[in-house]
Amino acid sequence: MTYLSTNWSLYRGKLATELGLKLFLALVFVGLTGCGSGESNVSAGNKNGTLYWGNGTEPQTLDPQIATGVPESHIISAVMEGLVLKNRKTLEPIPGVAESWDISADGTVYTFKLRDNARWSNGDTHTAHDYAWSWWRALQPALGNLYAYMLFPIKNARQYYEGDISDFSEVGVKALDDRTLQVTLSFPTPYFLQLLDHYSTYPVHKETIEKFGDADQRGTRWTYEGNLVGNGPFQLVDWKINRRIVVEGNPHYWDANNVSLNKIVFIPIENIVTEERMFRAKQLHVTSSLPADKISVYRAAKDPELRIAPYLGTYYYRLNVRKPQLKDPRVRRALAMSVDRQRLVDNITKGGQIPAYAMTPPGTMGYYPESDLTFDPEGAKRLLAEAGYPNGEGFPSTEILYNTNEGHRKVAVALQDMWKKHLNIDIRLLNQEWKVYLDTESAGQYEISRAGWIGDYVDPNNFLDLFLCNGGNNRTGWCNEEYDRLILDVAPSMSSLKERLEVFQKAENMLLDDMPIIPIYTYTSVQLVNSAVKNLDPNIMNSPAYKDIYLQADK
Amino acid sequence: MNNSSSETTVMPDDQGTSLWQDAWIKLSKNRLALFGLAVLVTLILVSLLTPLIAPYGYEEQNLDMGATAPSLQHWLGTDIFGRDMLTRIMYGGRVSLMVGFIATAVALVIGILWGATAGFFGGRLDAVMMRIVDVLYALPFMIFIILLMVVFGRNILLLFLAIGAVEWLTMARIVRSQVMSLRNQEFVEAAHSLGLSQWTIIRRHIIPNTLGPVIVYTTLTIPSVMLLEAFLSFLGLGIQPPESSWGLLINYGVETMEEFPWLLIFPGIALSLTLFALNFLGDGLRDALDPRTSKD
Amino acid sequence: MYRFALGRLLQAIPVLLVVITVTFFLVHSAPGGPFSADKAVPPEVIKALEEQYNLNQPVWQQYIGYLGDVLRGDFGPSFKYSGRTVNELIGAGLPITAELALYAMLVALGVGITAGVGAAMRPNTLQDYLPMTGAMIGICMPSFLLGPLLVLIFGIHLDWLPVSGWGDIPGDKILPSITLGTGYAAYIARLSRGGMLEVLSQDYIRTARAKGLSERLIIVKHALRGGLIPVVAFLGPAFAGLLAGSFVVETIFQIPGMGRFYVQAAFNRDYTLILGMTIFLSTLIIVFNLLSDMLAIWLNPKLRHELEGAKS
Repeated sequence: MTYLSTNWSLYRGKLATELGLKLFLALVFVGLTGCGSGESNVSAGNKNGTLYWGNGTEPQTLDPQIATGVPESHIISAVMEGLVLKNRKTLEPIPGVAESWDISADGTVYTFKLRDNARWSNGDTHTAHDYAWSWWRALQPALGNLYAYMLFPIKNARQYYEGDISDFSEVGVKALDDRTLQVTLSFPTPYFLQLLDHYSTYPVHKETIEKFGDADQRGTRWTYEGNLVGNGPFQLVDWKINRRIVVEGNPHYWDANNVSLNKIVFIPIENIVTEERMFRAKQLHVTSSLPADKISVYRAAKDPELRIAPYLGTYYYRLNVRKPQLKDPRVRRALAMSVDRQRLVDNITKGGQIPAYAMTPPGTMGYYPESDLTFDPEGAKRLLAEAGYPNGEGFPSTEILYNTNEGHRKVAVALQDMWKKHLNIDIRLLNQEWKVYLDTESAGQYEISRAGWIGDYVDPNNFLDLFLCNGGNNRTGWCNEEYDRLILDVAPSMSSLKERLEVFQKAENMLLDDMPIIPIYTYTSVQLVNSAVKNLDPNIMNSPAYKDIYLQADK
Repeated sequence: MNNSSSETTVMPDDQGTSLWQDAWIKLSKNRLALFGLAVLVTLILVSLLTPLIAPYGYEEQNLDMGATAPSLQHWLGTDIFGRDMLTRIMYGGRVSLMVGFIATAVALVIGILWGATAGFFGGRLDAVMMRIVDVLYALPFMIFIILLMVVFGRNILLLFLAIGAVEWLTMARIVRSQVMSLRNQEFVEAAHSLGLSQWTIIRRHIIPNTLGPVIVYTTLTIPSVMLLEAFLSFLGLGIQPPESSWGLLINYGVETMEEFPWLLIFPGIALSLTLFALNFLGDGLRDALDPRTSKD
Repeated sequence: MYRFALGRLLQAIPVLLVVITVTFFLVHSAPGGPFSADKAVPPEVIKALEEQYNLNQPVWQQYIGYLGDVLRGDFGPSFKYSGRTVNELIGAGLPITAELALYAMLVALGVGITAGVGAAMRPNTLQDYLPMTGAMIGICMPSFLLGPLLVLIFGIHLDWLPVSGWGDIPGDKILPSITLGTGYAAYIARLSRGGMLEVLSQDYIRTARAKGLSERLIIVKHALRGGLIPVVAFLGPAFAGLLAGSFVVETIFQIPGMGRFYVQAAFNRDYTLILGMTIFLSTLIIVFNLLSDMLAIWLNPKLRHELEGAKS
């Protein structure tokens, strides 16, 4: 009885097998005939003016008042623009939407004159009222703008944001007429013009935002292709998540005639090893970074496509001063003194990073911090002995916390060994996945923790105000009221740059004496840039001026 | 298939021991299997003795030297911290072998018991048990791991459990399907009619007959466990630097395979050698344990 | 058979409910919220955000609300990708991952079965050792190693194939499919060799041989069906593995598939995206396990008779 059915199923089975085989062969054939390398992105792009840009992670949003990351900032700066721009080399403020401005003698009132040919990408006129409205939006707590503090130098802005005053007309921003914007500050802020080139202060198009939802509503669709209206040199034409974002020249841009690129394709690539291979296969003009171990290869080959430039950021370790073994400043100082920074940057990070002996990167607004911190293992040993741990004996078990990442792992492994070698103390490593790490760190449940700070604007203030007593980014438990007073009250009241920098130096010294942090190195930006890309000049913010870039293949 | 019963016989009670003796005799004739066994024993011995025989300390760094190719001082070269690779591979092997064997053992025990029970009893029990397997299959592994890591802290035992908890599912399915196809064959029915208890039937007939596929799958599971361990360590669960494992060494080696190929090649060889040895031994064991081949 | 399938599908409902419940509470108890960031987030902002995404309600209330949304087929908005819905993200990633998994599966089956059956036909000869050694290497070779190797050889040094992308440049689907399929090809080769050896030693094959049927006919007509049962049982889990394992390949080759969304979502604590993806993947896995079981039953008449007997 089973014979028949068996035979029948066998037959069916065979049919299926054959069908499968044929399907497989057909697919292999289709796949293979499709093969044969076509023209690379780079050579095609050089011909038709398309820049292929490796852009790190997928942007969360293109709403300038919600966005927070570097990948977001690149795209936003292509499709939007602030009152001022920056010189692409020196970062000096240059006219953007505002063709000129006046600053009152006491440095607190700025009057901007807007260009009369400023337009939105849909052709609407672009006026001073757009700024008043956009900054009102930026200060709505419901929007969840993490960069609201960029507007706090403006009179009453902080009070409005925190709900102490509810009338926005009391905030120091006023459109005197369509082309004149007046901004009043609480006190002279030498870096104020810089803030106007930060995306969180960019104007947004009111009608578009209101078309897709409330002004202070997150997650509306106004930033998608077809919806987004901006005022920048480019406009958004395509956004395929995790695949690419494409922007094209904006014909309504005030300086459209001087924009050379036709198109920029931003490709989100989290994996920097993949990114480097894409660059080698000529699928990218520019990478967002380069793995440390590849840097030496490109360096050895003297490859002109390797680009290393100082970057306004400090890599440091936080020391949790609430932990018993780290309460004593001598212990913290000893830890900082036994880090051989030069060896670390030469052999591990390899990207030409500059050993850091102070928190603020040297040369920030003409400020070169002085520091008495050096690599001194003998002195460190003595200090540790004075603190009660001769030759590291009895030093309690201590951990370095870092978030899971190759680069952080390498630095931690190297430091672990340095502390073992020079101080004879055993330090363990603890890596945690990003969000867990953030939780652990802000809950203060760590001893030593890896940290980094990239400047939002070029001023020592941006680095030193991290360590205010109740600063959200302090997280070390270190608190010094005199330090707070210097940063919050004394520095802003200084009339000359020199005096101001002296105050910062004084504050910096207090920080270094107490050592709640161990500065390790000043960042560099390390990128691969195809030789056809012109006018992409390195600067310490690593911010590109897309409107200036042009492509010209070498002959 | 219907008349395959003439091939597999009902084994009398006392054949349990002679089966193993028989198997050992056959195994000892299989050169590849013996080679595999020898390699595994050597690796285990080396792992046990590593703290005594390793040429360097596993965290001894020499940053100025950095990554160097194999030389007389460092037979397998050094990594970017100037640490001796031979030493690191020896220490890494301890972790990898331990993870591989223990986690697989966990997976085996759970998987076989679960699968055999479901397959043997069938019906509603089978349905319930297999749906539980489906649920576990469908759970988000990554979240599960991250949660475990935080709730219980880093712990190598946890690593075994986490891996074992994932790997037993496939084992259970394989055993179940094997048992289902076996249980209606005549020799099992014959055992039933002889009045043997269900448990005895499972122990005497079902389990020995499923050993073949189980052993094959085990030789497949150990490598995947070792690789899974690398993936987990990379996520931050379990092994913390400067300690290491082969999977982790390979993971790091991949990133620099163009610049420092020895950082990938040697851990790769160590892992492959182990896996080949396991494979040869597994094949040998399968042939030796197959009740049918005993008659040939 | 249909009743069997229907029954299994009905059973899937409580399974999915359990999956949703467990995942929901796991995700919500995982440390680190969706809005924590490197830069300190002001309390005003946290409050506003939690209000907007209903995270200020008690968890059980959120759970009930979520279940209601899921029943209506709405997986909610993504927390991370402002303005995108989970449905939209799944819609973007799924076709790509499914295509990748399909090609990988074809590679795995084509290569695996050919190698396994070939090896079983002449056990302990070169025709056995070579593919089986290859299979062993394939199993040892994690995709995070094989992928970069293939890229370096075929993408960079030989410059034959694109190093990344999916459907952007002709030929860019070849390397990812091979990378993802190789491990499974190796498994399938071993499983089919084992299964075939088992079947080839059975009486009816000997009978067929004694009758003087050609070896090829014996393999194709009589042995394959039984010999491939272990492979079929492996298909369900393999498909699940392909979908889940696509993450590594998607990252190496810069493919915008579900795997990358899923892992990013887990790291970002994008609660709704994790849940949506999990529910979706779970459903797929259940369906594929069912299909794999049905195929196994279909290939094994004995099981089928029993099933039909039991149901009727």
